[in-house]
Amino acid sequence: MSELRKTARVVGALGMRSIRQTFRRPQLIAPILVFPTLLLAIQTGGAGGAVNLPGFPPVQGFLQFMLAGAMMQSLMLAGNSGGIALAVDIEMGFTDRLFAAPIPRYAIVLGRLAGTAALGLFAAIWFLAIGLIFGAELHSGVVAVPIAIVLVTATAMAVGGIGAAIALRTGSASVVQGLFPLVLVVLFLSSAFFPNGLMIQPARAIAEYNPLSFVVEGIRDPIVSSVDAGTELEALLAVLGIAALGLVLSARALRHRLRVG
Amino acid sequence: MRSATTAIAVEGLERAFDEVLAVRGVDIAVGEGEIFGFLGPNGAGKTTTVRMLTTLLLPTGGRATVAGHDVVAEARQVRASIGVALQEAALDPLMTGRELIRLQATLQGLPGAEGRRRADDLLERVDLADAADRRVGTYSGGMQRRLDLAAALVHEPRVLFLDEPTTGLDPVSRKTIWEEVRALNDDGTTVFLTTQYLEEADQLADNVGIIDRGTIVAEGTPEALKAEIGNPHVQLQLAEGSVAAAEQACAPIGKLLPPRDARTVLVDVENGSADIPRIVRALDEAGIEVGALELVRPTLDDVFVAKTGHHLEKEEDGSGAGAEPEPIEA
Repeated sequence: MSELRKTARVVGALGMRSIRQTFRRPQLIAPILVFPTLLLAIQTGGAGGAVNLPGFPPVQGFLQFMLAGAMMQSLMLAGNSGGIALAVDIEMGFTDRLFAAPIPRYAIVLGRLAGTAALGLFAAIWFLAIGLIFGAELHSGVVAVPIAIVLVTATAMAVGGIGAAIALRTGSASVVQGLFPLVLVVLFLSSAFFPNGLMIQPARAIAEYNPLSFVVEGIRDPIVSSVDAGTELEALLAVLGIAALGLVLSARALRHRLRVG
Repeated sequence: MRSATTAIAVEGLERAFDEVLAVRGVDIAVGEGEIFGFLGPNGAGKTTTVRMLTTLLLPTGGRATVAGHDVVAEARQVRASIGVALQEAALDPLMTGRELIRLQATLQGLPGAEGRRRADDLLERVDLADAADRRVGTYSGGMQRRLDLAAALVHEPRVLFLDEPTTGLDPVSRKTIWEEVRALNDDGTTVFLTTQYLEEADQLADNVGIIDRGTIVAEGTPEALKAEIGNPHVQLQLAEGSVAAAEQACAPIGKLLPPRDARTVLVDVENGSADIPRIVRALDEAGIEVGALELVRPTLDDVFVAKTGHHLEKEEDGSGAGAEPEPIEA
């Protein structure tokens, strides 16, 4: 068996463990699926009139607009939950089992990220299904599905890299869990739940430059209007930027973890 | 027993944490196929040493080879040659026993079918086949240790590191682990066993290294280490008759030691238990009735006291760590 294939098997096995772990621990799955679904239901039901505000982009309905936001919330919390799970592994010594195995140590982080990416994929399908069941149209047609799936899955993995870096650096589940409110703040300071154009300063300026806004628009555009190559390219670049940041931070944190033992 | 080839060679190994030197120039040689008992109280440097030998922690000085590979330069080859069951079994309570062993097989690079077969065999071997599909969180402490041991064996390692494998276990579970360690060793596996239990080291180890405050203070076979301390002695508790008469009867057999109390006689015996019949006959001929007779051998704790000036039992945390476990039949 080639070295690459062996590593791929390890990443797959660790990714599968990560998914099982999430579904077997209610406190990990709740933020990823239950909370965003509830928020989607509450906002769509309670703030649906927002679509009539002057300056609100033309959409079929608030549910259609909110789908991208729900997916972003889900993937962000999947990244955070992945970080919490990794920190729990460090706290209970499970990572020692992995570090003592003859595998490339980056495979341990990649395995965790593979699990987070799979949860992102699941979240994308879940919210697209909810949208379609409750009457949201995909304005650009079926092409909106793969675009949403690719962007959500890739962003989940990228954000998971930052969660993994914090977990490796601190080794503390409570510290990673403590970032939960911060994740929501970053999300609310993007166009996930409200159009940039209707925000007031300085939130508007922050949202305009928030990389998450670019990803949100890349997911939302094909759902509410048509596919725009420029918007999708910006989204892709934003994902790559977040991924690069996550990669650098987690590589440094992994080195730190191995150094301190 | 120690063989001609060395499975673990450690020279001047050191590890500092900031200003604190936790391991100070440790030298160890463990022969192929040997059980090496690494004995010391909490905080002595046992776990730090094991973490360096298992490539989980970089040394800050010295060098070590395991299974012929340098722990720093050839860490991956070391990891492929060793099995590790660390202190506080590092198990995921949400996984089932079978999932954990299969994951371990994948980590060790075993092909899928072989990994599944090995997992089934090992679960059977450690008597967990019936519980294999239960989540680990529902296992007792003894079951978790056996599972951890099985996971460490999935790739049939040349060298097995067991870090305090029986700490906190009941006597029955401890005995099961001991039997398994002996069976593994009979199959040729070298075992590096850290323990704070004197009896465990005495029962299992071919050779013992005693570490205190980061330094090896004694190394050798348990018998040789104890022999350094002196002969065993016979302790007689008299039921009737005078101590002076008993001492007079025993004097030709062995050197008399200072008595602890008015009813006790202590006789140093060069030949150990072989001298007991002579003592019994001499006392009988002198008409002295003995209430209790015991052959007291030097223990590893006596060795520890002789080398360090304090007992292995740890005073500082009051947790009982380091104390002798409840004795069990070996």
